[in-house]
Amino acid sequence: MALKWQDFKTDVFVDWCPGCGNYGILAALQMALAELGLEPHRVVLVSGIGCSGKLPHFVKANGVHVLHGRTLPFAQGIKIANPDLEAIAIGGDGDGLGIGIGHLVNAGRRNMDITYLIHDNGVYGLTKGQASPTLRLGLKVKAIPRPNINEAVNPLTVALAAGYTFVARAYAYDTKHLKEIIKQAILHKGLALVDILQPCPTYNDINTKEWYAGEDRVDPKTGKPTPRLYKLEEVGYDPVVHDLNEDFDKKIAAMEKAREWGDKIPIGVFYKNELLPTFQERITQRIPFYIENPPAKQKICDDAGSPITDIDVFLKELRVT
Amino acid sequence: MDKGFNWMAGGPQGSGVDTAANIFGRACGYGGLYVYGRREYHSNIKGLHSYFHLRISSSEVSANVNDVDMLAAFDAETVVRHITEVVPNGGIIVDQNQLETKILEIPTLPLEFKSIFKEFLKENGIGDRLADLLEYARKKGIHVFKVPYMELLEDVADKLGIEKLSKITRMINVLTIGISFGLLGYDVALIEKAIKDVFGEKPKIVEMNLLALEVAYDYAKNNFSKDFGYRLPKISVNEERIFLSGNQAVAIGKVLGGCRVQTYYPITPAADESEYIEAHEILSTKVSGMEAGVVVLQTEDEIAAINMASGAALAGARASTSTSGPGFSLMVEGLSWAGHNEVPVVITYYQRGAPSTGLPTRHGQDDLRFAIHAGHGEFPRIVLASGDIRECFYDAVNAFNYAERFQLPVIHLIDKALANSSQTFPVFDLTKVKIHRGEILDEKMLEGLEYKRFTFTESGISPRVLLGTRNGVHWHSGDEHNEYGHISEEPHNRIRMMEKRMKKLETIEREVPITEKINFSGEPNAKNMIVSWGSPKGAIVEALNELSREGYSLGFLQVRMVHPLPGEHIKEILQKADKIIDVEMNYSGQLGGIITEKTGIPMDFQIVKYNGRPMTTTEVYDALKLVLDGRAPKRQVLTYGA
Repeated sequence: MALKWQDFKTDVFVDWCPGCGNYGILAALQMALAELGLEPHRVVLVSGIGCSGKLPHFVKANGVHVLHGRTLPFAQGIKIANPDLEAIAIGGDGDGLGIGIGHLVNAGRRNMDITYLIHDNGVYGLTKGQASPTLRLGLKVKAIPRPNINEAVNPLTVALAAGYTFVARAYAYDTKHLKEIIKQAILHKGLALVDILQPCPTYNDINTKEWYAGEDRVDPKTGKPTPRLYKLEEVGYDPVVHDLNEDFDKKIAAMEKAREWGDKIPIGVFYKNELLPTFQERITQRIPFYIENPPAKQKICDDAGSPITDIDVFLKELRVT
Repeated sequence: MDKGFNWMAGGPQGSGVDTAANIFGRACGYGGLYVYGRREYHSNIKGLHSYFHLRISSSEVSANVNDVDMLAAFDAETVVRHITEVVPNGGIIVDQNQLETKILEIPTLPLEFKSIFKEFLKENGIGDRLADLLEYARKKGIHVFKVPYMELLEDVADKLGIEKLSKITRMINVLTIGISFGLLGYDVALIEKAIKDVFGEKPKIVEMNLLALEVAYDYAKNNFSKDFGYRLPKISVNEERIFLSGNQAVAIGKVLGGCRVQTYYPITPAADESEYIEAHEILSTKVSGMEAGVVVLQTEDEIAAINMASGAALAGARASTSTSGPGFSLMVEGLSWAGHNEVPVVITYYQRGAPSTGLPTRHGQDDLRFAIHAGHGEFPRIVLASGDIRECFYDAVNAFNYAERFQLPVIHLIDKALANSSQTFPVFDLTKVKIHRGEILDEKMLEGLEYKRFTFTESGISPRVLLGTRNGVHWHSGDEHNEYGHISEEPHNRIRMMEKRMKKLETIEREVPITEKINFSGEPNAKNMIVSWGSPKGAIVEALNELSREGYSLGFLQVRMVHPLPGEHIKEILQKADKIIDVEMNYSGQLGGIITEKTGIPMDFQIVKYNGRPMTTTEVYDALKLVLDGRAPKRQVLTYGA
C-alpha cells in the first residue's frame, strides 16, 4: 500500500510560531518520506536543540531528540550499528554550525550514508533571538542589542571542504522544491547536507519572507518584485561529479556558487559525488559481513545466555602455561 | 610474607623497557612462576625515564613490594632513580661505560629530583659520579654487576655481520635480560621461547635478540656466576595460565560480553584497550558459520564518542566507550542524556592522577565522586569498580548486563594501576559468564500493541524496542517526556517519570546479588575492618593475610558496586567493628566519605596516597600495623614510588 504524507503525522500539537518556516520543512519531509515509500520503522529522525529539534515529535517515524549540537554523533552511531536504517539528522544553524561544528566537519571525513538537514534562519529562536553563526557581520536583527560582531559561516563551503558528497540548499517556503531536494539527499549514496533557508517571522526581521521574495526590489517595468532566489537547475548548472578527475573543479564551482548572496541566491544541488566510498563501504573492506550482519543484528549469546563469542584467539596470545 | 623476587628494568622511554618486561614476565610464566608487573612512564615519547617493576613468585601475586632485588639499568639515570629501593644482597646491572657519568648533570633528571638527591649524596658522603654512588651501594651489601654493554653489542654485531652499531643499540634491553637470567641461572630455553613469542612475526629481529641473549647470558655465567644468591626455580604446572594487563582484560571481557561498537578518543591510559579490540575486530564464534565483528571508531572528541555509543545502543548493539578523566568530563552532558533516556551504554573510565591534565600517565583514584555525581540532574546509573585484573574481565561483561537489564548508563571504573599492570593467573572461568539482555520486544510481540517506550512500570524498567523494529516506532527526548517519549512539561507526568527512573535504583538493590556488589576477605566479624575499592585490593589482601597470620583480627570490605552503594550490607559489616580503616588512592578518602553519608558510620582511620604511584603491599602492611598496634595517627599518607 502506497504511503501518504498523512501516514507520517502524529497527534502532537505543533507549537511553532505562526508563519514559521519549519512548517514548510515538516511538510516537505513528510511528503518526501511518503513518496520514497520509506516505512516509518526504518526511518530515524535525530534532532538537536532549538525549534527544529521538536520536529521528530511531529513525524510518525522513530525520533531521537538529542542534545544541542550532537545530532550527527547520534545519527552516525545509529547508522554504524544498523546501516539498514535511514538516519536523518535535523538541526538548526546554531546547533550544527555553532556548538556542533566540530561534528559537522568530522562527519564529512566519514561520508556515512545519512542525510543532514539544517534549518537556517540566522537566529537562535528558542532562546529569544540571538545571532546564529549564519547571521552576517554587522546585521542587527530585532532582539540583539548591538549589530552582529561575528562573521557568518557558510554551511555549504564548510560542507564542501569537509568532504560531504551531496551539498544542497533549499527554501522552506518552496515546499515542493524542498521536498525534491530532500528526496535526492536521502537517495544519495553518502553524506548529504541540505541547508534550508528559512525566515524566522518572530526574530529575524531582515531575511524575511518578503526579503527572499524581493519585495524591496520592484521591477519598474512590470511593477513586480524581483525574487532573490533562483534555482541552479534552471540555469544549466551541473552539480554531478561524473568522473573523479573532475571532482576538484566541480567542488570549486560549487564553492563559487555557494558564495553568491544578496541580490541573487542560488538554491538547488551544488555538488553531488557518488564515486567515493561511504563509511559503510569502508567498514565492509575490513569486516566483509558488516552490511548483512551489522553490530545491532549480531547474536551475542545462545538461549541459555552463554556468550557465543569465542575468545580463544585472545587467550592463545596471552597464554603462558 | 613471601616477597618473591623483584626485578626492575629501567631506561629512557623508547628504549624497550616494556618489551624487556614482557619477555622477562613471559619467560617466568613459562617456568610456572606467577608474575605481577607495574609499568611506569612519563607523558613523553622518547627520552624520559620509564621503568617496569616485576614481582615473581611461586604463588599468585597482585601487587608490588617496596624491594628491588635486581635492577637492570639501561642507563645511568635508572641507577640514580632507584638505588634506594635496591635491597642489601640485591644486584644492580649497570653499563660499565657509564661509570664516569656526573649524576647531577644527567639532563633528564628534573630540578625537584636533583635538589633532593643532592642532599642525599651530601648526607651520605657520596661523590658526584655514578661510580661513587655504586660504591656506596656496594658498601650496603648490594652486588654491582658492571657490564660492558657496547662491547657485548659489538660482539653481537660481529657475529651478525652488522656494521652499524646504532642498528642494534635497541637490544640493550635484551642484554640486561640475558645478564639477569644468567645471574639467576634460569632455563635459557624458556627465555628463548619468550623472545620468539614477543617478536613473533619478525624472524630477523628474533635472530638478533636470541644472539644478544646468548652473549649476555654467557657473559654473566663466565664473569659473575658465583656472586648472586637468588635463583629462580622452574615449576611444572598443570593448569592453563595467562599473562595480561587490565586494558587487555577489559577488552576481552567486552567482546565476550557482546560489545559490537566501541568508540573512543585517544587518551592515556584508556586508548590501548580500544586499539587492542580493533586489532582483533573480526571475532570467532562458537557457532559454525556465525560471523561476529566489532566496529571500533576513533571519534573527533569524547562528546562524539559517548553520543555515538548511545546512538549505537539505541539501535541495539552493545556499545561502549573508553576514556579517562579529561575525556569523561566532556562526556558528562551525554551521560545525562543517556540516563534520562534510559540508554544501555557502557563507559569504561580509566582514572589517572587528576585534576586537569594532572598526571596523565600516573595512577590515582581521584574520580569516584565525579563518576557517581557527574551529569546535571538526578538519574540512575551504576558505577562498578574492579579491584584487580581478573575482576576487570568479569565486570566488563557485568557492565553490559546491568546496562541492558536496567536500561541505564554503566560506568566501569578502572585506574592506571590496573590498566597498565600485567599479571599471571589461571585462565578465566568462562562458565561463570552469562549474558542478560533485559526485556526487548520484537516485531511479533509488538503486533497490535501501541508501543510506549517509557511506559510506567512497577520496576521502573519499560520494555525496550530496538530502533528499526517493525510495529515499534518510538521517540526519545532529552526534554522531559511522557510515556511515548514526546516532550511533556506537565507536573504530574514529571513526578511519575522521575519516580519511574529513580525506582530502578531500588530494583538494582533488590535484583543484583550482594556477591556482585562487594567482596569480603579476612575474618567476618573482625574487630578491625578495612574498606577500599579498586586497585589497592592486591596490596590490601596480601597485607591482610600476613597480619592475620600474625594474629590480628582483620577483615576487608571491597566495594565493587560503588553506586548504588549497598549501604545496608555495608552497615551490617561495619557496625560491629572497633576500628574502620579507609584505604584509598586519593586525597580525601572519597569512598569513606560516601559510606559515612549512606550509613552514618565514620571512618576511624585513613590511609591514603596521591603521589601517582600505586600502593605496595609493604607500605599498606606497615600502615595497617601501626593502626592495629594503636600507634597510628588518624590519617597516614603513603609516599613510596619513584
